[in-house]
Amino acid sequence: MDNTTFEAKTTINGPMHASLRHDSAHKHVTGTAEYIDDMPEPAGTLHAALGMADRAHADILSIDLSAVRSAPGVVAVLTADDIPGVNDVSSNGSHDEPLLATDKIEFHGQPIFVVIGETREAARRAARLAKIEYRDLPHWTDIEGALANGAPMVVSPMTLKRGEPETEINTPPLRIQSHMVIGGQEHFYLESQIALAIPGEDEDVTVWSSTQHPTEVQHMVAHVLACANHAVTINTRRMGGGFGGKETQGNHFACLAAVAAKKLNRAVKFRPDRDEDMAVTGKRHDFRVDYDLAFDEEGRIHAVDATFAARCGFSSDLSGPVTDRALFHADSSYFYPHVHLTSKPLKTHTCSNTAFRGFGGPQGLLGGERFIEEIAYAVGKDPLDVRKLNFYGQPGSGRTLTPYHQEVEDNVILRVVEELEASSDYRARRQAIIDFNATSPVIRKGIALTPVKFGISFTMTAFNQAGALVHVYSDGSIHLNHGGTEMGQGLYTKVAQVVADAFNVDIERIKITATTTGKVPNTSATAASSGSDLNGMAAYDAARQIRERLIEFACSKWQVTAADVEFLPNRVRVGTETLSFDALVKAAYSGRVQLSAAGFYKTPKIHWDRAAGRGRPFYYYAYGAACSEVSIDTLTGEYMMERTDILHDVGRSLNPIIDIGQVEGAFVQGMGWLTTEELWWDAKGRLRTHAPSTYKIPLASDRPKIFNVKLAEWSENREPTIGRSKAVGEPPFMLAISVLEALSMAVASVADYTVCPRLDAPATPERVLMAVERLKAL
Amino acid sequence: MTSAIRFILNGDEIVLGDFHPTETLLDYLRLRKRLTGTKEGCAEGDCGACTVLVGRLIGGALRYESVNACIRFIGSLHGTHVVTVEHLAGKDGKLHPVQQAMVDCHGSQCGFCTPGFVMSLYGLWMANGEPNREEIEQALQGNLCRCTGYEPIVKAAEQVAAERPSALFDPIERDRAEVMAKLWTIRATSDTITVTKGNDRAIIPGTLASLADTLAREPQATVVAGGTDVGLWVTKQMRKLDPVVFINQLTDLQTITEDETGITLGAGVTYAHALNALDLAYPALGRLIDRIGGAQVRNMGTIGGNIANGSPIGDMPPALIALGATVTLRSAAASRTLPLEDYFIEYGRQDRQPGEFVEKIFVPPLHEDAFYAVYKISKRRDEDISALCGAFTITLDGEGCVDTCRIAFGGMAGTPKRAKAVEEALLGKPWSWNTVASAQDAFAEDYQPLSDWRASAEYRALTAKNLLTRFFLETAGQPQELKRFDMVEEA
Repeated sequence: MDNTTFEAKTTINGPMHASLRHDSAHKHVTGTAEYIDDMPEPAGTLHAALGMADRAHADILSIDLSAVRSAPGVVAVLTADDIPGVNDVSSNGSHDEPLLATDKIEFHGQPIFVVIGETREAARRAARLAKIEYRDLPHWTDIEGALANGAPMVVSPMTLKRGEPETEINTPPLRIQSHMVIGGQEHFYLESQIALAIPGEDEDVTVWSSTQHPTEVQHMVAHVLACANHAVTINTRRMGGGFGGKETQGNHFACLAAVAAKKLNRAVKFRPDRDEDMAVTGKRHDFRVDYDLAFDEEGRIHAVDATFAARCGFSSDLSGPVTDRALFHADSSYFYPHVHLTSKPLKTHTCSNTAFRGFGGPQGLLGGERFIEEIAYAVGKDPLDVRKLNFYGQPGSGRTLTPYHQEVEDNVILRVVEELEASSDYRARRQAIIDFNATSPVIRKGIALTPVKFGISFTMTAFNQAGALVHVYSDGSIHLNHGGTEMGQGLYTKVAQVVADAFNVDIERIKITATTTGKVPNTSATAASSGSDLNGMAAYDAARQIRERLIEFACSKWQVTAADVEFLPNRVRVGTETLSFDALVKAAYSGRVQLSAAGFYKTPKIHWDRAAGRGRPFYYYAYGAACSEVSIDTLTGEYMMERTDILHDVGRSLNPIIDIGQVEGAFVQGMGWLTTEELWWDAKGRLRTHAPSTYKIPLASDRPKIFNVKLAEWSENREPTIGRSKAVGEPPFMLAISVLEALSMAVASVADYTVCPRLDAPATPERVLMAVERLKAL
Repeated sequence: MTSAIRFILNGDEIVLGDFHPTETLLDYLRLRKRLTGTKEGCAEGDCGACTVLVGRLIGGALRYESVNACIRFIGSLHGTHVVTVEHLAGKDGKLHPVQQAMVDCHGSQCGFCTPGFVMSLYGLWMANGEPNREEIEQALQGNLCRCTGYEPIVKAAEQVAAERPSALFDPIERDRAEVMAKLWTIRATSDTITVTKGNDRAIIPGTLASLADTLAREPQATVVAGGTDVGLWVTKQMRKLDPVVFINQLTDLQTITEDETGITLGAGVTYAHALNALDLAYPALGRLIDRIGGAQVRNMGTIGGNIANGSPIGDMPPALIALGATVTLRSAAASRTLPLEDYFIEYGRQDRQPGEFVEKIFVPPLHEDAFYAVYKISKRRDEDISALCGAFTITLDGEGCVDTCRIAFGGMAGTPKRAKAVEEALLGKPWSWNTVASAQDAFAEDYQPLSDWRASAEYRALTAKNLLTRFFLETAGQPQELKRFDMVEEA
């Protein structure tokens, strides 16, 4: 037996559940973390720029690109005619999203051609020289316009129904019918979309793409190049933020770069300017929720009928599942005895709206919380009391069935809310605020405590699968690859922790490698908060296989039973002897043991029948609650975030410090969505908030002055997920609903809390002031 | 005549005679020097991912300021020291304390904004050993992060404050004397520098007189001081500019003179540089400056530029018009002074003749009994362009009636504009709620605001009236403005 000396440690560095820093933290702060635009460019790399439509809806009559072609530094100008395969990048196969428009324009900014230049600047300058003639067609950019014009739906709508809503809506003593408008949101990932395509021999092309979904980019590139998937390799080491905005929206840039690279046989980089990125790529869907609520004098909900109409943009993209998820979350944390929910995914002449953290869930959940707010003002109660009255019950209570007929089996919302209610001192602070408002003429305050329950799994059951590839090299170092992508959320770190834990070795031994379609095929998007659930399990599966082979090898070589082989920190006990992990690996290599494994995981239990509106779309739920206090100025509508307390459930956290970062970041991002982030299209259908100068995401000085964030340390996933953890990417986004409702309470104070302010989102200072004026006028 | 600029980039002296007049520092760093730690997030000076420090000689001192490399033209770097994120860590790879604090506090997630934050925090750390939360937030107003929610970054700023700059580990402290000496040498000559690329020229005059001569010869020239506006003409509108005349190296334009008659600001004085003097004399103006752009923009942008470009939504003009400021324009032939409000003729048109440049701004002192307030209303509190910005000055006579009154707004018309009708409605009347309420209707005579993405006409009109209410309450000793941080009373 090898007697290599080694340090006997009691624990490894970086096991599961440890608060480990982000694996790239050191590189982030030194500027050495490599993003695609930072990579050394292959010799002769060319640069692409988009030629965009300046009409919202029009027929193209003629395209004259002669000035573009003859501009200095231009190498080529590509139009739809230059696409060898199919001129389409529709992510759902519905062929409604041309890569380059040919005869019809359906949104302002739609790509028509692409200029390939020796420099990015040359390409950008030339792109402005096109002469295009249009015949304008009537256009509409918002939901009101779509409804007024009888706009078609981009996908078939969904309906969820349980009980007898048609008749039961008439029975209770109280009823409210109204509507709510919810704005969209730009992702504002700090790194804009980018792709670098490098042509290879035969039909091969390699694309470095800033994407959450390398496999889909692979399929799209193959689709437009008319080649097999095997000819296309997509690599993604890291994104400078994604948030859903790089789930499908990177396709355009990757495909155009690839088409140009193959045509010209030169590397082509495509990095749009921020303004172009914001004009062309999809955003969070705006919604209009029309609701009809029936409830009793206590505020207990009896029946709900609601329609969720969405601005989908010109094509379907992910609008079907996004609007579906809105309906899945229209119950928020509440049991609706009788319920009817319908989606209306409306076509508009705007960029095609897409995935964004929460994926329709936030809009659904916000609608549900507006229902509670309406009822609370109607019955004159603290909204928190109305919430508690309507929470889902525990199994056996008869109050556990969702509108989609899934039982809520893991309900911890009451515990989360009551712990936060106590730790935030909600009741006393609310009373103090009511007292303050009574004597403050201009400045008013508000407070709200709102819950989150968020269903985890892709509602498309097939997407709930993942692969991983683990190599153990003969020196004992470990190479890790999986289908998940890193966009800052710490997925790579968490999955490396899983592998470190599985082998019981220090995490420094594990090399985290760039996601690539060449190593792990047929992956799903890193989306739906599923990254660590799916890829963590797949990586564990790969590591487990190698570990079992090592055990089997040790048993046979040293004639012990499996029970006598124990993986200690960085070493292995075989019977009474102990050897280093490296030594075991070296011996196993000599013994011709396969030290590489592909892992796989698919989520159990889930199924969904969309047509019937029944099934178990979600493996489990993640919960959380937030309590926010705000001040408003009733002369100007300006406001200030005074304090937010959060208690969030991530099960048994894989990495508490990374999870807290997710919770804090999601909350502030959600706060932006509901306050200062406003998308504004002009009469010509042009997005005018297309850059950070006009589109205002939160700054450091916008975050709550006091910000207390805790994880529910007692929580453990009742399902056997990786380490009994829960997903964390999206659920905390919706904690920000507490901010909107706190603003609403401050507004309500001007009418002595007798009227629901119906404060719509985003609650810009203007919307707050106008709501104050409306209530004052009553 | 000289045909190259000289500056220091991290540890290297650069003599550069080959650049386009509108080449940005960011492109130079990333494309020519392969210093890719500095990122492009927006190319308009709003996100801060491109933040670097620029050291320059101010008075006798070498001061380092955060700037946006994306809208900073190369031609404006003559005689400066540019410090990028690559310069921070030790040669042995040991992190600088600012970097280490960001790692320790988990201040990065996707990491793309991080080098910019590191540089902003570095600038703050050098200048302020004990920053409070307000000062930290101010230093970070020009840096967007979409991942973290900022809490860990603010904590990193607090944590690193305990460690102070030392020549042991801090590259700027280590080389300070040497860099200063080199910059003095570069600045010793005041020859005009002209760099030609293709047909386009960057002209860097060494003296005010040669600036005047240059503009007399080249009346179509684009004068660039901070570049915080002109930068976007280039990065967003791809405008061709020739020649570009850089004036930020003209120290004669950067003087602040204070005496009993008032404060005179050279047109090249930046917001950051002017802050102390203006804050002391007109505290409301100081608070406004704290909310203009981000720290990087305030370090580059000049008050003269904010006036010269004639924007209807610049914040300094209404604030200065309410104070009765004047502007002096100079040309090779003459110089003239006019009331600031008269400089703005109509949207896109100012009273600046070919060959003229803005030389200085004079701000008279506030009467000791005067009330002066400026209110900036924007969608986001910091680093946003105003939906409207209202400035008010009044004095009362012995009977408590309005004796003098100057009210000016930005964002309410095609130019920064006085509310003459409202002033008229107030003058001579008792300064009372009744007077204020009846005067508010006169805003409709003064302004017919537009609706756009920043606010609707209705909101602008209503808020303008309400700001007069706020001003009245404030003068009555009932301030009703939201403040993020309570004023800390010094013991």
